Amino acid sequence: MQLEGRALSWRYGNGPWLFQNYSITIQPGEVVGLIGPSGCGKTTLGRLLAGYSKPLTGEVKVPGRARNHTGYDPVQLIFQHPERAVNPRWRMAKTLTEGWSPDTELLESLGIKEEWLQRYPNELSGGELQRCCIARALGPNTQFLIADEMTTMLDAVTQAQIWHTVLHHASVRQIGLLVISHDHALVSRICTRTLTFG
Amino acid sequence: MPLLEVQQLSIAFQQYTKGSRQQMVTVMEELDLAINEGEIVAVVGASGSGKSLLAHAIMGILPANAYISGSIRYNGEQLDEAKLKSLRGSEIALVPQSVSYLNPLIRVGKQLQTNKDSIEQHSERKGLFERFRLGEHVARLFPFQLSGGMARKVLVSTAALSRTRLIIADEPTPGMHPDDVAEALKQFKQLAAEGCAVLLITHDIEAAIRIADKVAVCYAGSIIEIAPASDFSGAGNELRHPYSQALWRALPQNGFIPISGTQPSMGLGLQGCLFADRCNRAVDACKVSRQESRQIRSGIVRCMHAT
Repeated sequence: MQLEGRALSWRYGNGPWLFQNYSITIQPGEVVGLIGPSGCGKTTLGRLLAGYSKPLTGEVKVPGRARNHTGYDPVQLIFQHPERAVNPRWRMAKTLTEGWSPDTELLESLGIKEEWLQRYPNELSGGELQRCCIARALGPNTQFLIADEMTTMLDAVTQAQIWHTVLHHASVRQIGLLVISHDHALVSRICTRTLTFG
Repeated sequence: MPLLEVQQLSIAFQQYTKGSRQQMVTVMEELDLAINEGEIVAVVGASGSGKSLLAHAIMGILPANAYISGSIRYNGEQLDEAKLKSLRGSEIALVPQSVSYLNPLIRVGKQLQTNKDSIEQHSERKGLFERFRLGEHVARLFPFQLSGGMARKVLVSTAALSRTRLIIADEPTPGMHPDDVAEALKQFKQLAAEGCAVLLITHDIEAAIRIADKVAVCYAGSIIEIAPASDFSGAGNELRHPYSQALWRALPQNGFIPISGTQPSMGLGLQGCLFADRCNRAVDACKVSRQESRQIRSGIVRCMHAT
């Protein structure tokens, strides 16, 4: 039941290869850190694993992913910029229930307030939006979560708060986590294993 | 005399509520801050606490529905629209928060130049690109072709020129590799050594205390503490405000301890200390009236418990 990327390669257009024949596996319940210099393709790797783009070589194997990529995907990606990951014309209530209906317990543990639900994304701060994006991605069918600089834009208190909640849910439900980050202190604090990329 | 002096700065936005009904929402209240030449002042604090608004207020680029009161003085003179027009892009420079501040249709190399540039600035900028390990091809790229970290480096190199006297850097480092962060910080430090004043707005406390002289902590639209950077050390017992301590102790390398709750928005017209409902030292008096700034141990704090 592992998430597996085998011999993945990617480059943009005719540019230099970002990575070639790169393989990665993530076991359920594991917290893996991914560290590397900017522009080396960490985000791109996350997108390949989550099924947003098709790798140029190799394949991504995910248990339970529909062949035509319809329905709720077991690999959920959380983006660095939450404001670009939500529909600006939807109220938060619609965005939150896009894939499943989060229960009040989860909303409370992420500090999401009732009054945010009737607002539009531009009426929430980045931290408030990111909390909503995380709730949206923690549906019952989520088996792997890719956190791409998930808390980079947030202050330390909010970062600690969000990670405690996410790590708790991940360990209870045995969700495998890939943590893409530049913050060595954060990665060494929460990850069971660290990969250096690029 | 400080190069930049902000006094009693309040910002409010006029917003539509229902139909044509409007209301004023206060987002920043009675903020005081001063920076001397050669000094680096960091503003850290909660996301959405109004740190960027401060930068935008100084640069005069707030949206049209914003109302400002209080005074901003530069070099002893009131900083008004006319004065700003001549200083922006030459003496005062902004490092904006994201690539969305760049024109998406113009190659970045071209955007970094202004018509105030001379040959000297050209070669300076070339040197900066080399130091940040940005290849020569980067100048020919469009903003969307830059990765997150590359974009930051490009933005930092817009401001780091020798003619600048005041740099306002709005979150210049997130998403950057530690080596590049160090390079960018070194850049700011060097500019300060040459007499430039730097206002560093960031939530990366680590980075802030590495180069700043003073650190101002922002929460829900007001500065709750201004402390010497050296007070951010150990268990944070030198810090004066409970929120500053919580912020310090929540860092992954210092315990990773969260506190519950979220930052209130100032527009709700809350009474008393804005941190009171998350503070473990709050007493009834905290919830009645807003705390005035007090001078304690060569720092400034808004908390009645601080000693």
